[in-house]
Amino acid sequence: MLLIDCPFCGKRPELEFRYAGEAHIARPADPSGLGDEAWGRFLYGRGNPRGMHAERWRHLNGCGRFFNALRDTTDDRFAATYKIGEERPMVAEPQGARKA
Amino acid sequence: MSAPFRLGAGGRIDRSRKLRFWLDRKAYEGVAGDTLASALLANGVHLVGRSFKYHRPRGIMAAGSDEPNALVSVGSGSRFTPNLRATQVELTDGLVAQSQNRWPSLGRDFGALNDVFSPLFPAGFYYKTFMWPKSAWKRIYEPKIRAMAGLGRAPTLPDSDTYTQRYAHCDALIVGAGPAGIAAALAAEAHGARVILCDEQAELGGSLLAETKATIDGKEASAWLSDALSRLSHSPNVRWLSRTTAFGCFPHNMVGLAERLTDHLPSPSEGRPRERLWQVRAKEVVLATGALERPLVFPDNDRPGIMLADAARQYLARYAVKPGTRVVVVTAHDQAYRAATELAEAGVEIAAILDIRQDASGSWAEQARGAGLHILSSTTICATSGRHRVSSVEIAPVGRDGKVGPRSRLACDLVLMCGGFTPAIHLFSQARGKLRFEERLNAFLPDGGAEGVRCAGASRGIFGLDAAIADGVAAGEAAARDAVGGGVEAAHSPVPLPKDLDGRRLDPLPHDRSPHRVKAFVDFQNDVTAKDVKLAVREGFRSIEHIKRYTTTGMATDQGKTSNMNALGIAASALDKPLPDVGLTTFRMPYTPVTFGTFAGVARGELFDPVRVTPTHDWASAHGAVFEDVGQWKRARYFPLKDEDMHRAVARECQAVRQSVGVFDASTLGKIEIVGPDAAEFMNRIYVNPWSRLEPGRCRYGVMLREDGSILDDGVVGRLAADRFHVTTTTGGAAQVLNHMEDFLQTEWSGLDCWLTSTTEQWAVIAVQGPDSRKILERLVDDIDLSAAAMPHMSVREGHVCGVPARVFRVSFTGELGFEINVPADHGRAVWQAVLDAGFSRSLTPYGTEAMHVMRAEKGYIIVGQDTDGTVTADDVGLSWAIGKTKKDFVGKRSLARPALSDPGRKQLVGLVTEDPELVLEEGAQIIAEEPTASHRSAPHKMIGHVTSSYFSATLGRGIALAMVAGGRRRMGETLYVPMPEGSIKAVVTNPVFLDPEGKRLDA
Amino acid sequence: MPDLSQARRSVLEGLGSSDGAHGALSLLPPISRLIFRGRISTIGRVAAAFGVEPAMEPCRAAVSGERAALWLGPDEWLLLAREGEAPAIIGRLADALAPLSYSLVDVSHRQVGLKVTGEDAQAILNAGCPLDLDRHAFPIGMCTRTLLQKTEIVLWRVAEAAFQLEVARSFAPYALRFLQQAERDL
Ligand SMILES: [Zn+2]
Repeated sequence: MLLIDCPFCGKRPELEFRYAGEAHIARPADPSGLGDEAWGRFLYGRGNPRGMHAERWRHLNGCGRFFNALRDTTDDRFAATYKIGEERPMVAEPQGARKA
Repeated sequence: MSAPFRLGAGGRIDRSRKLRFWLDRKAYEGVAGDTLASALLANGVHLVGRSFKYHRPRGIMAAGSDEPNALVSVGSGSRFTPNLRATQVELTDGLVAQSQNRWPSLGRDFGALNDVFSPLFPAGFYYKTFMWPKSAWKRIYEPKIRAMAGLGRAPTLPDSDTYTQRYAHCDALIVGAGPAGIAAALAAEAHGARVILCDEQAELGGSLLAETKATIDGKEASAWLSDALSRLSHSPNVRWLSRTTAFGCFPHNMVGLAERLTDHLPSPSEGRPRERLWQVRAKEVVLATGALERPLVFPDNDRPGIMLADAARQYLARYAVKPGTRVVVVTAHDQAYRAATELAEAGVEIAAILDIRQDASGSWAEQARGAGLHILSSTTICATSGRHRVSSVEIAPVGRDGKVGPRSRLACDLVLMCGGFTPAIHLFSQARGKLRFEERLNAFLPDGGAEGVRCAGASRGIFGLDAAIADGVAAGEAAARDAVGGGVEAAHSPVPLPKDLDGRRLDPLPHDRSPHRVKAFVDFQNDVTAKDVKLAVREGFRSIEHIKRYTTTGMATDQGKTSNMNALGIAASALDKPLPDVGLTTFRMPYTPVTFGTFAGVARGELFDPVRVTPTHDWASAHGAVFEDVGQWKRARYFPLKDEDMHRAVARECQAVRQSVGVFDASTLGKIEIVGPDAAEFMNRIYVNPWSRLEPGRCRYGVMLREDGSILDDGVVGRLAADRFHVTTTTGGAAQVLNHMEDFLQTEWSGLDCWLTSTTEQWAVIAVQGPDSRKILERLVDDIDLSAAAMPHMSVREGHVCGVPARVFRVSFTGELGFEINVPADHGRAVWQAVLDAGFSRSLTPYGTEAMHVMRAEKGYIIVGQDTDGTVTADDVGLSWAIGKTKKDFVGKRSLARPALSDPGRKQLVGLVTEDPELVLEEGAQIIAEEPTASHRSAPHKMIGHVTSSYFSATLGRGIALAMVAGGRRRMGETLYVPMPEGSIKAVVTNPVFLDPEGKRLDA
Repeated sequence: MPDLSQARRSVLEGLGSSDGAHGALSLLPPISRLIFRGRISTIGRVAAAFGVEPAMEPCRAAVSGERAALWLGPDEWLLLAREGEAPAIIGRLADALAPLSYSLVDVSHRQVGLKVTGEDAQAILNAGCPLDLDRHAFPIGMCTRTLLQKTEIVLWRVAEAAFQLEVARSFAPYALRFLQQAERDL
């Protein structure tokens, strides 16, 4: 069971968290102004990198906050967690990382 | 019955406490401190099982959890456990064990024919042979093979034991309480660390338990051990766990421990859990798991009476058992000399020590020589004989050219073998540690890479008592330093290998026989021979992972403890590659088998899962309600009177609501209170509906979509004040809706000033529905004007019911005049009773979820998740009227404009009535447009929809159904067909609102 | 018309408390509970009106007399007070906070209070709670939502050897039975 560092509560067991999809996919400010293609990309276009993945988690059975995390998909290690609205921190890409 | 092979003195046993036990209905006697294995050996019993594939007689080979052969079943009935290692079963008075894999008996076993025909059973035999015809596999081959093979048999009764679990945290978890582990624990404790020390054995001490002569810090080893344990047990910072196996290493230093609490007790006291699962989160882990002795690979090396050399020494030293009377030792390692010397001192005759090496000059070898033991260097074993116990071996010299010389025969009843030691790196490897191959040991050693996990002692190739203790101290100090800071900067680097612990061998011993005719076992548990591994390579397998699967070596419960390295050595030779290039197979958890009970813990029976009940549950239960599960909730489905079946009970309940009045517990509905000046704006964005102009005191049926346009949930929302909404959700959708709303508030619209609070459990909800409902409420409420004029359909008022603060909604899911009383949950039961009392004279009828479902279907009200799935939009189910047409945006709105979501051919909600009114369609049944004729009954038909809800409506006197049908709204009046096994059913498409389409009853 | 306003009936009525030998479990009497949610700038006025200054530090409870404010999230506090006080507190906060925006919701009946005390308290809770409850890791005054096996709880250490639990009403029987079993299995 992983330990996940909630930006509010600190390191807590994975059991208390729920995964909430890829991070930094902002809802368009004016969806009606978007073509079907662009809206479709917003709805369904998601990365699947081998390596560092920016993703959302919620400390559901804790402070209830959604937050962002950088997780290495090759070994599950969390490189960083940060609050919603904060910029994605710079962390070294793991060896063998590959965008997909 | 006394044990003839027990020494009169010595050992860590209590001879005054005699224990009687049975193996295969034969009674034996052991003593306290024995394992089943040591007690059997004390009785001269070596044969304890038959092998997995060839059903060859097998004996006890090891002394610990590495035992591959001596698997037994213990207990009976609901306390029956198969596949226990006799070496780990602590003897108790009255213990009943059975050998496995034999029929009819251990001595005579028909399956042993497999051995006679073994040339027919090479590696991959099953894959190759039982391929054709395909159908025979399921009917004939698999059942037969399964009946013959397998390890033990599964228990047939539910486990009557209980199990428990606990989370624990510590600075340093030390796995293995041998000299290195104990030293590490002492050192870590001394540096202020919170320590957990665990060991799989009953007694802590590991190899110290078999040290009869060594001294540590000037004390006898046993005295040092008891002093150390006493110090650890007096420390408030140390928890030590015996009979506790660390079976798996998980991310972030979570280690799974299985603690056996009662198996060693003669009769487990009632209610005590049998085992405890510990999930330990350690800042630092020290693995002091020791090393496993390797067998040698020579022809017929699996006869009962052929043991690991150091295992025999442990039986002697720890259990005072002579495992034989005349011993041949065959070795590639000096440790066997120690075993031979100690056995000789105990009066066991050593026929000869055969050393495959040309010379052995270590101190143990010198001691053996000094004791006058007969040592033959450069000597091998070509054959062994003896049906149920080894009776002789044939030995031969090996020339410098590798040629095997003339044989001679040695009589014996015990053969001891030692091929070296394999560090137990299983847990380290599970922790994703890196390994490196150490040529001098012919073993893989830990090489960093596992954060917060370090090995100590023999598990990292550091042998010898003093070296192991020094290494343990260093590891313990380093762990404490890393976990709690401070302490000394301790070096923790390898100690040079002591010369007298040298020696190793992975290749099979040379012999003079046809390699095709001998069986030299590598994996005893899985019956894999050297020949099988070579065959796999010959057949083209190159990866060790593939060789493992093809031959089954190192698989299953054993995980290759004694066999891994030998198999790897043989494969490397056959592949003509350096051993490290062949690689290592994955070490899987569990290290030794863990019972299902341990993983399940208390999650059985009433603690399997939370059972959520409403405030009126006990009343419903006392009044004969039949409950249904809705998620974790128990909801009353119907309330049968006397001998009513569901059909009649539901018909009666529906009629009561339609004609007079019924009462229903709706407490499970999800509720969320949305408060703040921006609450209405938030509602506008989350729901399809417009909310800005909904006046306080009024309600609206709300629908929310996912961003992809599909319906997420629905429910009635009451506006209590300009800045306060009382939202209801479906029972199953409550948590998901709250999560959905929080997500948008926290991440997309964090500027909105409104907040969510779950109030599902705050309110008990009592629905009073039917033409007479107002009359009942009027008797219970005095501060709310309930008249139609003052409180119209879809309104909400705050007031009191029987003096209890309440929110009263005038809403209806039945199509009748109705109210839903919300009172704080602890008052729910009393208010329910008050409602019942007030309705007594009007035959107020409690109704359940089934009647509720029928009545809502009569009105064409959907249930999200039953009539909808993740593809259905608001328009598909006829709810486009709810959409706020002037709203610029709401979640899901943009998706509704995608062409696919406005296709007129989409499935739409319609009603279906069967031609035969008595027929009730099956929910989930498919719908087709053309009548299937006899001639093309089996032809494929285009499925144009499916039935989503279907009931018998007593009110309408017929079966009614809701269905999703392609282009359904254009098909009104069309006849469609529902094909069923008994023939197709004709049904006519109708409006989904079957009853009172104008809603006159609602507005009464 | 009967007056039922005084008759609160706990969901745990009849389920007993500690039936293990250790006597570590007890049920807490009914109290008032409110969820306060709002921006941090409102907290000063809450403190003045409620009489307890809600902690800004995550996972900390503040106590004064019989009232307490438990941090549950960065914009969420659980206010505890004597039974029956909720309406008055709602009124006082409304006066004190106007015209600021916030949310205050009475959840007195939403959950149930349990207490686990004694030297075995940690071990009993750790049968299902995955947190480190050592007093250094989980000191007196710490509170948090977390899990107890298959249910969510609010866990609050009120003393060296005493933890208070808040469990959602319909999960409370499960939580109590689980703790009773954990106590028996020590
Ligand atoms: Zn948190």
